[in-house]
Amino acid sequence: MPEIEIPVGPQHPALKEPESFRFEVDGEIVKSVDIRLGYVHRGIEKACQDRTWVQAVYLIERICGICSHSHTTCFCQAVEEIAGIEVPRRARFIRSLFGEMERIHSHLLWLGLAGHEVGFDSLFMYAWHDREIILDALESISGNRVNYGMNTIGGVRRDVTEKDVDELGRALDLLEERVKYYTDVALNEATFRSRLEGVGKITREQAIDLGTVGPTARSAGVDVDLRRDDPYAAYDEIPFRVITADGGDLLAAAVVRLGEIEESLKIIRYIIENLPDGPIAVKAPRRIPAGEACSRYEAPRGEDIHYVRSGGGDKPLRVKVRAPTLANINAVAQSMRGARVADIPIIIAGIDPCFSCTDRMVRLDDVSSGRTEVLTWAQLSARCRASR
Amino acid sequence: MLEKIVALSRKASPWVAHFNSGGCNACDIEVMATITPRFDVERLGIQLKGSPRHADILICTGPVTGQIRERLLRIYHQMPQPKYVVAVGSCALSGGVFHGCYNVMGGVDQVIPVDVYVPGCPPRPDAIIAGIAKVLDKMQEDALSKDGREREVDHGC
Repeated sequence: MPEIEIPVGPQHPALKEPESFRFEVDGEIVKSVDIRLGYVHRGIEKACQDRTWVQAVYLIERICGICSHSHTTCFCQAVEEIAGIEVPRRARFIRSLFGEMERIHSHLLWLGLAGHEVGFDSLFMYAWHDREIILDALESISGNRVNYGMNTIGGVRRDVTEKDVDELGRALDLLEERVKYYTDVALNEATFRSRLEGVGKITREQAIDLGTVGPTARSAGVDVDLRRDDPYAAYDEIPFRVITADGGDLLAAAVVRLGEIEESLKIIRYIIENLPDGPIAVKAPRRIPAGEACSRYEAPRGEDIHYVRSGGGDKPLRVKVRAPTLANINAVAQSMRGARVADIPIIIAGIDPCFSCTDRMVRLDDVSSGRTEVLTWAQLSARCRASR
Repeated sequence: MLEKIVALSRKASPWVAHFNSGGCNACDIEVMATITPRFDVERLGIQLKGSPRHADILICTGPVTGQIRERLLRIYHQMPQPKYVVAVGSCALSGGVFHGCYNVMGGVDQVIPVDVYVPGCPPRPDAIIAGIAKVLDKMQEDALSKDGREREVDHGC
């Protein structure tokens, strides 16, 4: 039987973001996949160089609307390291608090989308309904549902009041009950299990070789979590467990994410009970002294890395972002081989992709003819071989 | 008479296609949130559709990147007449925080005509619903007016 190529995207009902995949299929079985990134590439790294340090924080926040707090914390940590700013203890706790609230909202969002992709729309509606609880809490503290604008260089911009703590406590009670229900669904619901079990499987060795991070790595039994391995914010003082599973399939990914929501709820409880007093920010200088720093952060999707270089001016010289989806996208290409066509959407959704974090591109400008073209990976490597 | 019935039924159940034209996902999850139980626009007859060929309204989120531009035009052309466009979010309005980035066109209206602008970064789901309601009013107005509404974007624009 001849192999057929199926293009998926950039606009496709199963994809929430414009991304393009080309699947080579033999009947019902996927033989290989070619992923074309770059549709959402906006040039943020370059744009940071034209903005002041404080303006850059707000631009960095808009790399991704789902893990906005992760990116800003990661960036601010790097700048603080260069400038030698000591962040107040209360600000570090509030950063961790928001980090965990963001993790809960992101994982519930994933659970809903996973339910949607396997045709279990009730789960989608339930999960997104309960996600509103945490969004309300985020809104009452920060004033925003999605891009919180909490971080600034040297601390956080808004304090957590007694009233917020009370409201948050009530939200946690509600969520704890709901997460128990979802864990029960993931473990015992036959339709959900049978669509996820054994699908999108990677082994522990593959997870390490492909450089996967976050829940994708942890669901394959790789015990990594930056919150424990390289503590930032207030995680060196907070007790928590790192959730791992050994299935390597999407069911394990669901179990890991639900376990992480449970842990996040416990972390939030610990933070609001042990929130220290004191200032929430220190004043940062307008010009950051020359130097460079690399900062790491455990975002909901995995390890986020920011490299920042300062020349001593009021603008960054270079900002480099390595978002977690870029590390995990290879796992999609790997686990897609041999999968069935019907499982394509859920395997892509399985790593909780965030392409707006990831997108980058190579543009070739042909100087002699003035032509600009976009090449696939195969075309590019063929040209490299030809010119050698 | 027939036009009135068509106008009424069009307003009763508009179908919406959502396209991320290079946004940061924040507006997209708020658009998705409008179909979930807290806001639930489906009770008003509004459905989110996968294909632009089935849609009356196109919701665009994002400042339109260089690579998306042609896709956005193609999707706009695929929609049947009469078609309406809602730009959701500050960057879909003017480029917003991405204004001046080398790969950004600076707003949906630089590429296709836009009917309703919903500001915010990201706008709340209530604001998005209010934006859609505004389009519905406009839809009925156009349907009942004499010359109706026929327009097509210039390919070169």
